[in-house]
Amino acid sequence: MDMKTSSGKKLGLKEKYRHMTRGLDWETTYQKREDVFPYVAYEGIKIHDWDKWEDPFRLTMDSYWKYQAEKERKLYAIIDAYAQNNGHLNVTDARYLNAIKLFLTGISPLEYMAHRGFTHAGRAFPGSGPRVACLMQALDELRHAQTQIHSLSNYNKYYNGFHDPAHMLQRVWYLSVPRSFFDDAVTAGPFEFMVAIGFSFEYVLTNLLFVPFVSGAAYNGDMGTMTFGFSAQSDEARHMTLGLEIIKFILEQDPDNVPIVQRWIDKWTWRGYRVLTLVGMMMDYMLPKRIMSWKEAWEVYFEQNGGALFKDLSRYGIRPPKWLDQISFDKDHISHQAWATFYQYGAIADFHTWSPTEDELDWLSSKYPDSFDKYYRPRLDYWREQAEQGNRFYNKTLPQLCQTCQIPMVFTEPGDPTKICYREVDYQGEKFHFCSDGCKEIFENEPEKFKQSWLPANQIYQGNCFPDGTDPTVEGFDPVSKVLEYYNIQAGRDNLDFDGSEDQKNFAKWRGMATSNE
Amino acid sequence: MAVAAIKEYRFESADRLENFHGNQLLFVGWEDHLMFCAPFAFLLPPDFPFQALIEDVLPGAYGYHPDFAEIDWAKVEWLRSGQPFQPQLDKSLADNGLGHKAVIRFRTPGLTGIGGTCS
Repeated sequence: MDMKTSSGKKLGLKEKYRHMTRGLDWETTYQKREDVFPYVAYEGIKIHDWDKWEDPFRLTMDSYWKYQAEKERKLYAIIDAYAQNNGHLNVTDARYLNAIKLFLTGISPLEYMAHRGFTHAGRAFPGSGPRVACLMQALDELRHAQTQIHSLSNYNKYYNGFHDPAHMLQRVWYLSVPRSFFDDAVTAGPFEFMVAIGFSFEYVLTNLLFVPFVSGAAYNGDMGTMTFGFSAQSDEARHMTLGLEIIKFILEQDPDNVPIVQRWIDKWTWRGYRVLTLVGMMMDYMLPKRIMSWKEAWEVYFEQNGGALFKDLSRYGIRPPKWLDQISFDKDHISHQAWATFYQYGAIADFHTWSPTEDELDWLSSKYPDSFDKYYRPRLDYWREQAEQGNRFYNKTLPQLCQTCQIPMVFTEPGDPTKICYREVDYQGEKFHFCSDGCKEIFENEPEKFKQSWLPANQIYQGNCFPDGTDPTVEGFDPVSKVLEYYNIQAGRDNLDFDGSEDQKNFAKWRGMATSNE
Repeated sequence: MAVAAIKEYRFESADRLENFHGNQLLFVGWEDHLMFCAPFAFLLPPDFPFQALIEDVLPGAYGYHPDFAEIDWAKVEWLRSGQPFQPQLDKSLADNGLGHKAVIRFRTPGLTGIGGTCS
């Protein structure tokens, strides 16, 4: 029997989308719906009609593969050329590479976690529209993790500290900050995950992450990073649309959803903002050729763009996130507070820190006229003088950490940058400490979750951060060297000051060979 | 809402006292000296004398700062969980009401960091 395979007409885009996404779904019959979708109700979000979900991109998998394959081809052509031409010698200065180490250890593994999170959320949603959108975003995130690791592996051939990002994410003290942020998101329910990552991070805060790193790469001659950044950018546009759609969809479905979503927006804007402290530090201190200050970036990408967004959302009864007054005050301070932290704990980090040069200090003075000369420049000047006399400051005592964001308690009181902000809560007979009202309130809403925080300093003191078989009772036991071994940080090579480092020497030598006849 | 979960959700605190093998955590901050970016965490036994904290523990942590050698400990003002507190120097941490994860701060009148900038 002949089978007629085609009417001769191709499906229109709208029809194709309908058949190949919504048309794939079915109603369950021999299992109860709530058993098939067990995670969809417990967060308290009420959805009455999943078909109301609008997907502005209307992308089907066949087109998705086609677009992505094209992007991959272009990306890998450039990456190969960059590697073959010793492109790493074209970066402004080897200090720049430390910004990229921060990206590889702090951000790339999160792309992979985002992949896991969107896979889970997509599986949990009974609606086929968001499920397909989550599937594509999950694949994007996996692609981003892979392209970043591929691109940056080129640097691993020549420079230190790039060798073990996934391992380090699980162990190194400061990486517990981005790690716990994402662990919190992926262990939440699917709706909270979507508000946390899909909306608050991908929509509200993403420009503050990608623009600084990608523009920073462009300004500093790093074609590899710039290329994966641009390759990811068109995906990001789709992610932002998904993030906004999920918020509007949830809010339109039931008025009872509004207070729940509001609490999540408050929580995740604050948590995301805390993680972005690392980006602020990178922008203000780690790029030899600066793009803009953290403060300027915050004003453009959050205060202006975010302001318009929350005005738009006010018709659903959503107000701007809490603690914005403090955030606004702190934009003059957090990047300096963060750099001071990494500078002094430079013996236990996997990247180098340094004293800023005189013209870099002048740049900071001009960008932060209200705070830098008054509070931070004298400290940096003192440290530089001491370093020049062979007395470089390495803080060897473990810091107190915030129970929620896990950052050392470096942040100051709202309105007073000379006073550390201390907050504490007694819960079930135990004291818990916080860096801010935001982190304290997040704990108070979910103490059973946050009392489990794996705080690196406290874990070291519990004896959990030494290599297997370590006996801390033997004479002459050196805890710091054992912790570095546990982190897989090579003492004396990956850590300490940039000045005198192997990276500094090799870069100077190789660039000399590439640009002169010596 | 303490927890939203699909079934019973019961876990222990990661930093409960028993995990520290007979010791406890004590957090200490030096006011007006932000060269030390955050308060410190120390691992000490509950019967550790307060005087030994000043003599044997704090110098290793804070000694880098030029103000540290200038401190007149008789004039130092202490806070415990943010409230004024007069430690008994010859008594232990426990006898001074400092349990696991207690936080104390000290202020050193007249000493306000590098160039008076609270650094």
